[in-house]
Amino acid sequence: MSVAITSPEFKQNATEALADPQLQAALAKAGPGFVGKRRDAIAKLPEFDALRDSVRDIKNHTLAHLDLYLERFEEKVREAGGQVHFAVDAAEAREIITGICQRLDARTVTKSKSMVSEEIGINDHLAAAGITPVETDLGEYIIQIRGESPSHIIAPAIHLNKDQVEADFRRVHTDLPADRDLVEPTALLAEARGELRQRFLAADVGLTGANVLVAETGAAVIVTNEGNADLTQTLPKAHIVLASIEKLVPTLEDAHQLLRVLARSASGQDMSVYTTFACGPRRALDPDGPGEFHVVLLDNGRSAMLGGTLKEMLRCIRCGACMNHCPVYQSVGGHAYGWVYPGPMGSVLTPAMIGIDKGANLPNASTFCGRCEEVCPVRIPLPKLLRHWRQQEFERHLTPAPQRYGLKLWAFLARNGWLYRPATRLAMRALSLFGRDKGRFASMPLAGGWTATRDFPAPEGDTFQAQWRARKAAGTTSRSPAP
Amino acid sequence: MTASSASDAASSRPPRVGLFVTCLVDTIRPSVGFAAVKLLEDAGCDVDVPRQTCCGQPAFNSGDRVTTRALAEKTIAAFESFDYVVAPSGSCAGMIKTHYPELFVGEPDWSGRVERFCAKVFELTSFLVDVLGVTRVEARYDGTVTYHDSCSGLRELQVKAQPRQLLASVEGLALTELADSDTCCGFGGTFCVKYPMVSDAIVGKKADNILASGADTLLAGDLGCLMNMAGKLQRQGRDVAVRHVAEVLAGMGDGPAIGAPAPAKKG
Repeated sequence: MSVAITSPEFKQNATEALADPQLQAALAKAGPGFVGKRRDAIAKLPEFDALRDSVRDIKNHTLAHLDLYLERFEEKVREAGGQVHFAVDAAEAREIITGICQRLDARTVTKSKSMVSEEIGINDHLAAAGITPVETDLGEYIIQIRGESPSHIIAPAIHLNKDQVEADFRRVHTDLPADRDLVEPTALLAEARGELRQRFLAADVGLTGANVLVAETGAAVIVTNEGNADLTQTLPKAHIVLASIEKLVPTLEDAHQLLRVLARSASGQDMSVYTTFACGPRRALDPDGPGEFHVVLLDNGRSAMLGGTLKEMLRCIRCGACMNHCPVYQSVGGHAYGWVYPGPMGSVLTPAMIGIDKGANLPNASTFCGRCEEVCPVRIPLPKLLRHWRQQEFERHLTPAPQRYGLKLWAFLARNGWLYRPATRLAMRALSLFGRDKGRFASMPLAGGWTATRDFPAPEGDTFQAQWRARKAAGTTSRSPAP
Repeated sequence: MTASSASDAASSRPPRVGLFVTCLVDTIRPSVGFAAVKLLEDAGCDVDVPRQTCCGQPAFNSGDRVTTRALAEKTIAAFESFDYVVAPSGSCAGMIKTHYPELFVGEPDWSGRVERFCAKVFELTSFLVDVLGVTRVEARYDGTVTYHDSCSGLRELQVKAQPRQLLASVEGLALTELADSDTCCGFGGTFCVKYPMVSDAIVGKKADNILASGADTLLAGDLGCLMNMAGKLQRQGRDVAVRHVAEVLAGMGDGPAIGAPAPAKKG
């Protein structure tokens, strides 16, 4: 489904997410698993950090010569008998994909997981054209039948638990016996597999994303753990790859390096279970494969990012490590962010795509703890890019008024030390007097958000600077009491 | 305290250290400032505290470059003449050391000056251990303590081993590690004001880990984080004393903990 934008309501979304015990249980269960598996996987690969540097450099090089590599890629796809379509924006990409499907009289389109397809909202568009999109990644299948959007870029249904999935399967798979046993997770898996098998065979067109595009061979590389992308792309009449332009790398060797950091950062696997290189349609002697091969290359604002601060975001390989390590994501889950891409990477990308006026909450919803940057396999300085958006917000006067005036008052004081020092001294002495008995405040004016759930310590008394000057004047600085 | 002589071997005078006391220590908990002064003086430094306000971090993280730049220039002017600038905070030291250069990019008049300035800025425990070569302190603290790694100090300045090394020399002190000691406490400066409920959820998990560690005292190197964690533990009615690591290292861990009542005035 297309994702409605609720980023402006982040605060409300987050409050609801925090009050949702089922979601909280799901997050508590999944989050630490990702972190531990990644840690174990990279501990076994001493060159991991060197690989990160290398992949960062590969991506930077590609982005610096993107026009060249796009041309080379197109040339290679054409040589292999495929076709490349450039889409400036989401609407164009939707038209191209729907057009191909209509030309082939497609009734169903199988899909393997693709965040770019969420970004352009292709499913609703296909459905409106009378074409049924069928998600074939298990997590995506589950959220499709629930009418939801992914809450994580690699684990789309991570916000759900097994009981919810069982209830959904019973609701939707009405042709199966009502008294069937679905207690074991493997029973759910087998049921989904049975359902999807028929869909794979019946599909007219297969739509996949791509983890990497290789310029030197025209290959679209996709990794999965379920093999669903392989059935999606080989069985139907046509295979459409929908990928954004920054997925390119120059060579197969570059793709290999990228894949070595991708799965380790994402799921803590050395490699995903399936890694498939798709090059063109079925050739004369191939036993199987699609009759047509299309690559839809989506820009959607990316080329505009190339020349500025946000360029570094285009290195992102969509592993999800930043959200797995983000204290905010781990507290509120992905839906709270209110659009397609959640977590730190989403908080950088979303304002570029929906506008900072709608997305301003997201770069602010970070503690700047820096863990995302620490784990990013391509070393994107995420806090710096989030700060870039805060600067845009501030300079365009989008900062909410109370914060803006608070900041102004504070800045005036901090820039005028002659006023700052007596003012803070007076305020601290007063607060200290009030809070001295208990040592802390259970409520405080202007700090209601804090004191609703936390105490606030009372200041000790005079400011350090005032005490220091006094002691210095008395000839005793550090040691107390004075001799 | 044993300290190797300061590295500026050219002169025999003790290194002159400007204490960047930080806004929060200045206003809320000056005793941390005095603990820092004691540690620095014990290590042979000549300490002074020039007039100061803020390093500019709240403005920087709010996107207000003009104010940040103005405060950076003031801070540099106030501290430039010292051999070293030391802050009892990884957050403020990190702001100066790693972010000030970004504010002066492409300005030849400034960039060399800023680079020289930033090279002599340090977080307190990192300065003691990495620059002065201090290996132990003369202090006593009877208790089981656990240590929270504040994010900026940890990730911008690699402060992790230094406070633990110094704590290991404190008599009577047992250090027990905290699960996920390197995950954020949820303070985040203005974050805790803008999204208090999310901040509270994060510090709630931190409080659970602190309790599970079994420690009777929680230490860290940043007052913002400490106030956040102390505030949560106290609201929950937990009996965990929360202190800045400098207080314990300076042997000043016998005063009231953060958020604890002040002792009744004598006489």
